[in-house]
Amino acid sequence: MKIDKRELLRRYGILIMLLVLIIYFSFGSEYFLTGSNVVNVLRQSAVTGISAVGLTYVMLTGGIDLSIGAVIGLTAVTAASCMAKLGLSPILACIIALALGALIGLINGILVNYVEIPALIATLGVMTSVRGLCYILTGGLPVYGFPASFDILGKGYVGVIPVPVIIMAVVLVLGWYVLNRTRYGRYLYAIGGSREAARLSGINVDKMVVATYMIAGLLSSLAGLVELSRLSSGQPSAGDGFEMNVITAVVLGGISVNGGEGKFFGVVVGIFIMSVLANGLVMMNVYEFYQQLIRGIVLIFAVGFDQLSKKKKSVKKVKAA
Amino acid sequence: MQNDYIIEMKDITKRYPGVVALDRIQLQVKRGEVHALLGENGAGKSTLIKTLAGAIHPDEGEILVEGKAYQHLEPRLAMELGIGVIYQEFNLIPYLTVANNIFLGNEPVKGTSIDEKTCIAECEKVFERLGITLDPRVPVRNLSVAYQQLVEIAKAVSKNAKVLIMDEPTAALSGKEVDMLLDLVRKLRDEGISVIYISHRLEELFEVADRVTIMRDGQYIETLDIKDCTRPRLISSMVGREMGENYPQGKYGTDEVVLEARHLSNDKIQDISFQLHKGEILGFGGLVGAGRTEVARAVFGADKCSGELYLNGKQVNIRCPGDAVRHGIAFITEDRKQQGLLMKLSIRENVTISSLDHIRRHGFSLDLKKEKKLVEEYRHQLNIKTPSIEQLVSNLSGGNQQKVVLAKWLLTNSKIIIFDEPTRGIDVGVKFEIYQIMRDLAKQGISIIMISSDMPELLGVSDRIVVMKEGRLVGELQGDEIQQENVMQYAISD
Repeated sequence: MKIDKRELLRRYGILIMLLVLIIYFSFGSEYFLTGSNVVNVLRQSAVTGISAVGLTYVMLTGGIDLSIGAVIGLTAVTAASCMAKLGLSPILACIIALALGALIGLINGILVNYVEIPALIATLGVMTSVRGLCYILTGGLPVYGFPASFDILGKGYVGVIPVPVIIMAVVLVLGWYVLNRTRYGRYLYAIGGSREAARLSGINVDKMVVATYMIAGLLSSLAGLVELSRLSSGQPSAGDGFEMNVITAVVLGGISVNGGEGKFFGVVVGIFIMSVLANGLVMMNVYEFYQQLIRGIVLIFAVGFDQLSKKKKSVKKVKAA
Repeated sequence: MQNDYIIEMKDITKRYPGVVALDRIQLQVKRGEVHALLGENGAGKSTLIKTLAGAIHPDEGEILVEGKAYQHLEPRLAMELGIGVIYQEFNLIPYLTVANNIFLGNEPVKGTSIDEKTCIAECEKVFERLGITLDPRVPVRNLSVAYQQLVEIAKAVSKNAKVLIMDEPTAALSGKEVDMLLDLVRKLRDEGISVIYISHRLEELFEVADRVTIMRDGQYIETLDIKDCTRPRLISSMVGREMGENYPQGKYGTDEVVLEARHLSNDKIQDISFQLHKGEILGFGGLVGAGRTEVARAVFGADKCSGELYLNGKQVNIRCPGDAVRHGIAFITEDRKQQGLLMKLSIRENVTISSLDHIRRHGFSLDLKKEKKLVEEYRHQLNIKTPSIEQLVSNLSGGNQQKVVLAKWLLTNSKIIIFDEPTRGIDVGVKFEIYQIMRDLAKQGISIIMISSDMPELLGVSDRIVVMKEGRLVGELQGDEIQQENVMQYAISD
């Protein structure tokens, strides 16, 4: 079989981009490729990585979830309050926080699927009100003072590997497995490809879509717990604007904004591009404002390239026909 | 004589792969006449109209507009020559006013802004000419379908149309609105505008048309003065064709009733009751829009409906397609690309999407090896032509796509399969392969409902035929009664 160069670039372009970044930064800073910094990069990608799996599922159905950051915040203040104010055990606090995350996801799912509000608007509304709730619950003040055992989640190590990295690895492996080896994963692609065709194939589309938003809420909540443990303080503003990071990673990974297209592997690469970029720019002492600028340009460049290569392909097809 | 005609289409031929859509069609339209175009579904009327509108370029033949010859037209050119088309789907912007819609694209301008006053005044002038009473300041979205149509017509007239083509203009109108439209058509004629009028409702043609051109299977049959015509004359001219094709032989229906529908009703269908026997092919005849697909969707749980459904004598409650699939009912939709197939997925993923339950391995996990094996089996059994089952279905031909859909439903062990236009857009060779498969399935005891607008197919494949008209079942044909004339008689009966 002849391999099309353009196709090859399309499929592995993002991986090449990651490698280029790594090589560039390792020349730019002698500390970049040291063992401790690699572990650092991995740990920095944990919160993005965990919530990216849920967002990937949601985007495959053709939706979006803007409430990720708000759920991280709500999780942080809820779990923090449960432990610091009510004196509940960390495990119970985690369970309550996770259930709350799933509940927010359920609300998202119902608004999108049954009330039929466009996902962008529905989750924007939920994001805004959940963030408001964070401030109401805490009176705008951070909550701290938890049992030491809770520190494991964000600061613990197994050997040399940080616990957040292990959690992320488990979530990514499970996320890949569910997407590629279960009925549910197949249905996600089907629904995103054509909701009506999926429904007429006998798939319970409503149930699947709502479940997907719940999974996204649950995983955002898990990411929030890791973040809370790392910071040791429940900030009502925790995770503010964080969804943009996650969306960038998933879109970089090649998940179509229109749903139904994209591979899980790409998302994993997208997650690492985000954290390598953040870490590398700091290592090279790039001023923070410029970092933002560069991240935005990287996103536009990557997606723009993808779109243009698609467009050229279809133009060719039309000419041939 | 030559100058009598505003439009002359000579020997227009259009071929698509595997089918000749138009075969040396003739059409001559006089100035200021209402010229009806008559033919069954698929006779080629729409293709001919699109040729005249410039949307399709014919392979052969020429088009004369006011004596000037063209090989083909372009949409822009057709408009400039004064050819206006009122399609069934309107091209109106809902949030703009009537006047803004009519002048969309050539608004009168004062300075840099639209001159609303002139706009409205011009609009009222056109309305007065046509005898339309309508406020030009109303947004189009507030108008009923009938009035939106009037706006479309006024829009065409305001662009100095000399020929107006109306494609089934009364299809969505009520009795009173139809009268209003026919009045308007007469008015246009009196204004010297020629109208090409497409409709299945013969009674309207007798009321409004001057002459009628009849088409059948992409061929020109004849042009008649309407005053020399009778209903039976028109019907036999429309359908009178030899059955040149060979359909698989055999009638397999038994007396055992597997599916019974009682009084199914929703906003598209009224009081539908019928029985389906084991191993029979039950044809649903009727015109496009008669509600046949809607009956199928109701039975399959895709649309809500009232009434009762019995499977093998037991009442069942089917609320969604998932329920129907679990009860062994399959629905092969007319619109393969939007509703039948998942175009972004592979053949393998499409075939197994409805039966992933069967290929699970210890609980959650899908058994990909078993999946591949099953799909390969169906690929051979149905002769799906593809280099690999990993091929995206969007790369397949229509016939092979239809086989993929069929494989999907065979894999769910369906006992009842509804085929909606099973061979639309499929090459002739593959068509007969599909008929043979349907026959084989019936032989194995699977019951089939086939909705078809392709008359020879309906007559050739069905064991029994029910005919629908305007949302109701109006007739049933068995044995020797299965004749084209009988189907059409029911389908367009008053």
